[in-house]
Amino acid sequence: MPAGLGARFQPRFFEANYWISLTPMNEQIATQPPEIVALSAPPSLLSSSWTRRIRMGDLVARGITFLAALSVLVITVALAWELYKGSVPSIKEFGWKFITQKTWDPVFLSFGSITFLFGTLITSVIALLLAVPVGIGAAIFLAELAPRAISSALTFVIELLAAVPSVIYGLLGIFVLVPFMREHGGASLKAALGFLPIFSGPNYGVGVLTAGIVLAVMIVPFIISISREVLLAVPREQREASMALGATHWETTWHVAMVYARSGIFGSIFLALARALGETMAVTMVIGNTPQISASLFAPGYTMAAVIANEFTEATGDLYLSALVEIGLLLFVMTMIINALARLLIWSTVRKQGAAA
Amino acid sequence: MKNIVRALGAILMLLGLFVVTAVPARAQAQLNGAGATFPYPIYSKWFDEYHKMHPDIQINYQSIGSGGGIRQLLERTVDFGASDGPMTDEQLRQAKTPILHFPTVLGADVPTYNIPGVNAELNFTPDALVGIFLGRITKWNDPAITRENPSVTLPAQDIVVVHRSDGSGTTYIWTDYLSKVSTEWQTKVGKGTSVQWPVGLGGKGNEGVTGVVKQTPGAMGYVELIYAIQNKLPYGRVKNAAGVFVKADLNSVTEAAQGAAANMPDDFRVSITNAPGKGSYPISSFTWLLIPQQITAADKGKVLVDFLKWMVGDGQKFATALAYAPLPKAVVAKEEKAIARIKY
Repeated sequence: MPAGLGARFQPRFFEANYWISLTPMNEQIATQPPEIVALSAPPSLLSSSWTRRIRMGDLVARGITFLAALSVLVITVALAWELYKGSVPSIKEFGWKFITQKTWDPVFLSFGSITFLFGTLITSVIALLLAVPVGIGAAIFLAELAPRAISSALTFVIELLAAVPSVIYGLLGIFVLVPFMREHGGASLKAALGFLPIFSGPNYGVGVLTAGIVLAVMIVPFIISISREVLLAVPREQREASMALGATHWETTWHVAMVYARSGIFGSIFLALARALGETMAVTMVIGNTPQISASLFAPGYTMAAVIANEFTEATGDLYLSALVEIGLLLFVMTMIINALARLLIWSTVRKQGAAA
Repeated sequence: MKNIVRALGAILMLLGLFVVTAVPARAQAQLNGAGATFPYPIYSKWFDEYHKMHPDIQINYQSIGSGGGIRQLLERTVDFGASDGPMTDEQLRQAKTPILHFPTVLGADVPTYNIPGVNAELNFTPDALVGIFLGRITKWNDPAITRENPSVTLPAQDIVVVHRSDGSGTTYIWTDYLSKVSTEWQTKVGKGTSVQWPVGLGGKGNEGVTGVVKQTPGAMGYVELIYAIQNKLPYGRVKNAAGVFVKADLNSVTEAAQGAAANMPDDFRVSITNAPGKGSYPISSFTWLLIPQQITAADKGKVLVDFLKWMVGDGQKFATALAYAPLPKAVVAKEEKAIARIKY
């Protein structure tokens, strides 16, 4: 697992893996020493001081882990409350107009966030479209097909990539990817597909498409790393059973291992999406920072996280600050909705899987 | 047992060391300030030099941005603030005690550009700059630009406007200037640390703007003079209020301050963009320290007053080495009087 996964992702991550970890847990219980198995016997069979000590231990462990779990909840609720409290002046002033209006004018204090919502969503969608096929393809290769030496070497490199700070990706973006997109990548897209509205208009090199590509590079390691772990955790018996029925290696991978690991792989994709939605530094360096909604992917855009980072330090005046906080609140709500949808999707696939079996 | 005694002894000795070193630290006068990023290099130099002269005085400065500096000062979480734009009347009303502005050094914005095949220093009229940034002038060979640059052949290239995406004093100075020379700009866009730009791409920080300008053929942006000097960027001359094309350098910036000093208000909240005077560079500005007029802690008040006196005096000689324009003499004299108004 790459370093730096935020605490808020952990529950989902574990849940996604829950189905996979069931089997090894059962094995563990079977091999546990007999004294602990005796715990399930009625207390009268054991000396009372012994049980009390164990029970105290259980209680303490339960208390500590409960507090740890509670702290996550408290932090989330406190965050939502503070964001709401900070955005009250802006909510009162603009109401729903804050979501639908395109203007963002700090001088005349007229604020709307639809352009930032659009920018955040479009860059994340581009990133996912590019990163998911590459990420899952690489994970399958590393987990199923590659020789062990190559697999572990590549995995090390991928986890290294996940630890690179986003400002480095931003700098690479501005000095390498932006000129490349202007001179070659974007230019050839324009030459071949320029008749499509999404590739129309001037191509500056900076813009929504470039930001999406940088994001894709940043989230691919997450998808590979987690999907690979999940695929490796598919029990041997599953594969052997499939092989025994005459399936080829690829059929086993695609129809058995992938299906078994599906919920975990979805988990990795949504974790990557969450990172893409919140990414600030790398995006702001290559997106062109212009609040507008344009059909063209070459056009500059702006994201929610970027505008907060860019304008918060110099923002004076209560309404201006409050509008920035409200963008934070919207980002929070948007992430929550996407998380909920992700859970729904995982839940429905797992249920279908269960029904099929 | 012996080992334990020895270990305890070692711990006690360490504790003793901490106690001994902690005593002089407590006697130190410590001041905390926060605000503008633009003057950070000179401020940290000043505070460092001042600490060398007075080892018992420690002044900490966090460059969190002008807006943050003003907010923290209003909440009194810092002893002083710093800003690239003067505080507004409304902000001053929010303050619990009156706040005084003290100009410290001067900065300027310069127009930088990247036109393939053109290495000359271009001349810009105020109308040309306004037209370009309003999106009305879209080609480099527009008559508004070529008229003032007869010796340069400008291509029919599209102009790509680049501005700062982060809120900054640099943007404040630039838009303050454009507002002064064009009523259309003033009513449509206005001035501020962030504005709603009619056209263009946003780059983060001076380095972001420079990066986009350098890489985009036909680009035009604005950066701080210091940044342009240190990174050897090409930049153009701007026509000042007296009708002369002036290249920004430390002299022409100080001259702009001198031109404005005659009409300097007592609270120093003055914009010196488009200043009078033949040699004045028109897109210049002061940067200010923000000091509460009434300082409750007497020791802090004395330190601040002493520091301000040194800053407008001997301190100014550090400015040019760091490419800041020093204050003109007339302003220094006026500030010395104002320092006396601080009560503690």
